[in-house]
Amino acid sequence: MNTKRRTLGGRSCGSSYNLTGMMTVADSKKPVISVGRVFNIQRCSVHDGPGVRTTAFLKGCSLSCSWCHNPEGIDEAPVMMISADRCLACGACVEACPVEEGGAAPAGEHWDRNRCTRCGSCVEACPANARELAGREYGVEELVDALERDRVFFDASGGGVTFSGGEPLTQAGFLTDCLRECRLRGLHTVVDTCGFAPMDTLLGVAKITDLVLYDLKHMDPVRHLAQTGADNRIILDNLRALSKDGVDVWVRIPLIPGFNDDPANIEATGAFLADLPRSHRVFVLPYHGIANGKRVRLGQSGDRAGLRPPDAETLCAVAKKLTRHDLEVTVGGSP
Amino acid sequence: MNDRVQRLKQQSLDTHPSISIERAVLLTEFDRENAGTCSQPVLRAKGYHHLCANKTIYIGDEELIVGERGHEPKATPTYPEITCHSADDLRILDSRAMTSYRVAAEDIERYESEVIPFWQGRSLRDRIFSLLPEEWHRAFSAGVFTEFMEQRAPGHTVGDGKIFRKGLLDFKAEIATEIESLDSGSDPEGPARREQLEAMDIAAGATILFANRHADRAEELAVTETDPHRQSELERIAEVCRHVPAHAPRNFWEAVQTYWFVHLGVITELNGWDAYNPGHLDQHLEPFYKSGIDDGSLDRDTAMELLECLWVKFNNHPAPPKVGVTAEESGTYTDFANINIGGVRADGSDAVSEVSYLLLEVIDDMHLLQPSNNIQLSRKTSDRLLDAALRVIRKGYGFPSIFNSDAVVEELVRQGKTVEDAREGGASGCVEAGAFGKEAYILTGYFNLPKMLELALHNGVDPRTGEQLGPRTGDPREFSSLDEVFNAWRTQVRHFIDIKYRGNLVFERMFADWAQAPFLSVLTDDCIANGRDYNAGGARYNTSYIQGVGIGSLTDSFSALRHHVFDNATITMSELVEALDSDFDGRETLRQRLVNKTPRYGNDDDRADDIMVRCFEVYHEAVEGRPNLRGGEYHIDMLPTTCHVYFGAVMGAMPDGRCAGLPLSEGISPVQGADRQGPTAVFKSAAKMDQLKTGGTLLNMKFTPQLLEDETGIDMLAALVRGYFGMDSHHVQFNVVTADTLRKAQADPANHRDLIVRVAGYSDYFCDISQELQDEIIERTEHDSA
Repeated sequence: MNTKRRTLGGRSCGSSYNLTGMMTVADSKKPVISVGRVFNIQRCSVHDGPGVRTTAFLKGCSLSCSWCHNPEGIDEAPVMMISADRCLACGACVEACPVEEGGAAPAGEHWDRNRCTRCGSCVEACPANARELAGREYGVEELVDALERDRVFFDASGGGVTFSGGEPLTQAGFLTDCLRECRLRGLHTVVDTCGFAPMDTLLGVAKITDLVLYDLKHMDPVRHLAQTGADNRIILDNLRALSKDGVDVWVRIPLIPGFNDDPANIEATGAFLADLPRSHRVFVLPYHGIANGKRVRLGQSGDRAGLRPPDAETLCAVAKKLTRHDLEVTVGGSP
Repeated sequence: MNDRVQRLKQQSLDTHPSISIERAVLLTEFDRENAGTCSQPVLRAKGYHHLCANKTIYIGDEELIVGERGHEPKATPTYPEITCHSADDLRILDSRAMTSYRVAAEDIERYESEVIPFWQGRSLRDRIFSLLPEEWHRAFSAGVFTEFMEQRAPGHTVGDGKIFRKGLLDFKAEIATEIESLDSGSDPEGPARREQLEAMDIAAGATILFANRHADRAEELAVTETDPHRQSELERIAEVCRHVPAHAPRNFWEAVQTYWFVHLGVITELNGWDAYNPGHLDQHLEPFYKSGIDDGSLDRDTAMELLECLWVKFNNHPAPPKVGVTAEESGTYTDFANINIGGVRADGSDAVSEVSYLLLEVIDDMHLLQPSNNIQLSRKTSDRLLDAALRVIRKGYGFPSIFNSDAVVEELVRQGKTVEDAREGGASGCVEAGAFGKEAYILTGYFNLPKMLELALHNGVDPRTGEQLGPRTGDPREFSSLDEVFNAWRTQVRHFIDIKYRGNLVFERMFADWAQAPFLSVLTDDCIANGRDYNAGGARYNTSYIQGVGIGSLTDSFSALRHHVFDNATITMSELVEALDSDFDGRETLRQRLVNKTPRYGNDDDRADDIMVRCFEVYHEAVEGRPNLRGGEYHIDMLPTTCHVYFGAVMGAMPDGRCAGLPLSEGISPVQGADRQGPTAVFKSAAKMDQLKTGGTLLNMKFTPQLLEDETGIDMLAALVRGYFGMDSHHVQFNVVTADTLRKAQADPANHRDLIVRVAGYSDYFCDISQELQDEIIERTEHDSA
């Protein structure tokens, strides 16, 4: 398990992404070169806020949760994903790779991820789409243009655009510019955050967002640190601040078997939520194994120690326990 | 459903379709004696009268709604005057693996001795085929197009509300008035009109006779019936059949029965396409439902029972079987009667009523193969109806399908209908828009759009036969831009549409002169007023369609040519054509690149979608506005039924990476598996086609049941439909099954016989369709966005 402690303000790799990413909202009013890194645009998304939505997944995350369902989004830089079942072993990737040796190889053959410059030549060359580089740069207009394509369905459903990740606040400047652009175009916006961000950044973003989806993972700081790489104090403080600020927040609890589904934690979660300045809708999101395949494609171990989706009984018990705190609880991601 | 309906339904399901030779024998006997003794329309009417007077009357145990076309349920007659089955045809029908029809050995013998000798060379098909030019035959056998009227009569027609307001005696009175007012002094058509009107009068009388024979039979049965309850039911049946369809129906039961007699009349007279169809059944029945409920003579359960009895009747009537090439085109028992629910009234007001919901309940309760059904969704239609329909759809029956009734109205108005007539219209068959009760809209055949590209890539030579089939449009290796390929394709399209059109004129002429439909003419405005037959332009509106197939495959192929040959020059035209001719033998890497690295239709990607629009416009322009023989015009539809399978079978590999012989894309759906951006992108791509310029488009979407199990899924689907229709689209239908379920059914058909899937414009039992089609349905992308 990754227990490396995460701190705000930059990761040990010292890349420049975080420096721009963590820019405060006040700074971003100045003209900036607003370029963001996005690893997926998911259309017809119905579990990331109200209605039919298009979700942009922004690269980089301030946490490193062991169960993460978007492991390709954690790194700020693009990551190579290889689908062995599609690979024809034709060698087109090797031929296209500008690195002299070992920068690319057909699935199953040894290659050195560190030698890969993430230039994408092999992705372009692969006839079978067995290779994918998760993460590419977008300008604000370009991204919002892409997100707006399903406007007719947003209008028909009261939907809109969702920014998720990764952690979208790791690219706060870009996110802010995108949210402003969406507002100009009259698009309903949602930001889906883990809450591990500087408070003023978060509050600034929330001001220009219609709805915040806020993940709450564990009430115990030690357990939280152990499984996500960060202390939960900032997360809890931020949620309280958002609530106090009158921000429209839906709290989402990813229910991870063996991690946070024990009665004590659920009880503590319920008590915390009940104690917030305002009342917020709560969604319990059962763990699912969708990331296992992604991890294999990322060259990581696919098995998450035998994690299985929680059964209906557990879900029901959790929902019941939370409801006792006078909370409006839904199992699943949508209203 | 109650026990009675349960038993009737089970009986319908358990009875295997069979061939009834009774009609053929009776008509042969009649024509042998009477041909040449009177005008052709009167001969046709008298022949129909002979059938109504002599065919077996069937009233089954427990039935409330009565009448069968054959001598018993599922017994399907033949129409030797249109197409005469050979003894071998009948043996194949009896023994073939899919959609078989039992034929008794002694019936085959009798057919051989009595029916075949008379009709051979005399059937309309034989006579038309001898009149068609060589160019038509060559294109037809190459799979360039199909011909609807080579085995079945023109149809695709639907009833409106008049049979619920007037009895056939009223129609007879109208006919008499028209005959009286014929102007023999200045109308050179007067004598011909008189013959047509007399034929209509005979046909109306024949249908009344047919109903009265049911009344007689019910009375006979009542006399010997020992169960007093059934005895009173039989007496009621007799009373109903004595009253309708001679007179206008007085109550709900009579309204349902009157439709059924009219239906039987139309499908006994001729084997017109899509049988017949009550159209807006909820609108027609609502006054009877309301008055029955109001005066206490009807309750909801009884209304439901009567409707369910009608459903059994539809299901008892498999499509008249075809032979030869068309068995592949549409191997199905479905006869395409397609009931419309919802929509608007003639005055534009919302037509949804309690009966609309009752019908949805019946559909859910019965989930029978027939009749097909759809909801007509207007801007004025409340979400309640859509929601109720989606809750039926998610059960996975493949129905109801959903139509944009505002678009249907606009399409019909564009074609010149009055707005009132357009609003009373709807959709029939698969997806075809029509002005119900007032229009003869004839689908004439499918047209293989990708085959035109195959010809353009071979300088007009059909690579399957090596024959110079089309015009020489240039050596493809000399083409230096997509425009040149496109122009060559357009030349091929125009050339073969010309051939198809010239052939169609022959069919139209022959049906107008020899295969009159006097009973259908009674039911279709303004045949009586015009003194003209349905098949000769008597209807108020007379439309002909040619249906384009394979636009997804065509678009992707053009896109691949542009992307790989012209823009990126990663392969030369000569190499590509060579690879196609070898069916990508040893070129799997190339094939994968074509499949995966081409901008493809269905992803809301303008690079591909713009090509689709160009192709559509060329096809539209090639067909649109040509005059037909009946005083109307040609338009296009974009639907395949199952013809994309047949058209794929006659084609080699294509630049979109499709291997030889595999099915083409279906309707306006993307190529199977080409859409990678989810359902909204498919909708966006499809809506770029100017669908209002068609008379129908077909979009098929497949969802897994998980997606729809909660309220969010229902809401999402409702929003997708509204969004798609907001872009002036025509139709969408949803298959809700898992690929796993389908594979299981394929491996173990015996235990999955009830599995209904949406095939094209209709639903079919999965186990009754061909293996290729099964494979294709399994492969079709599952749009699970979760």
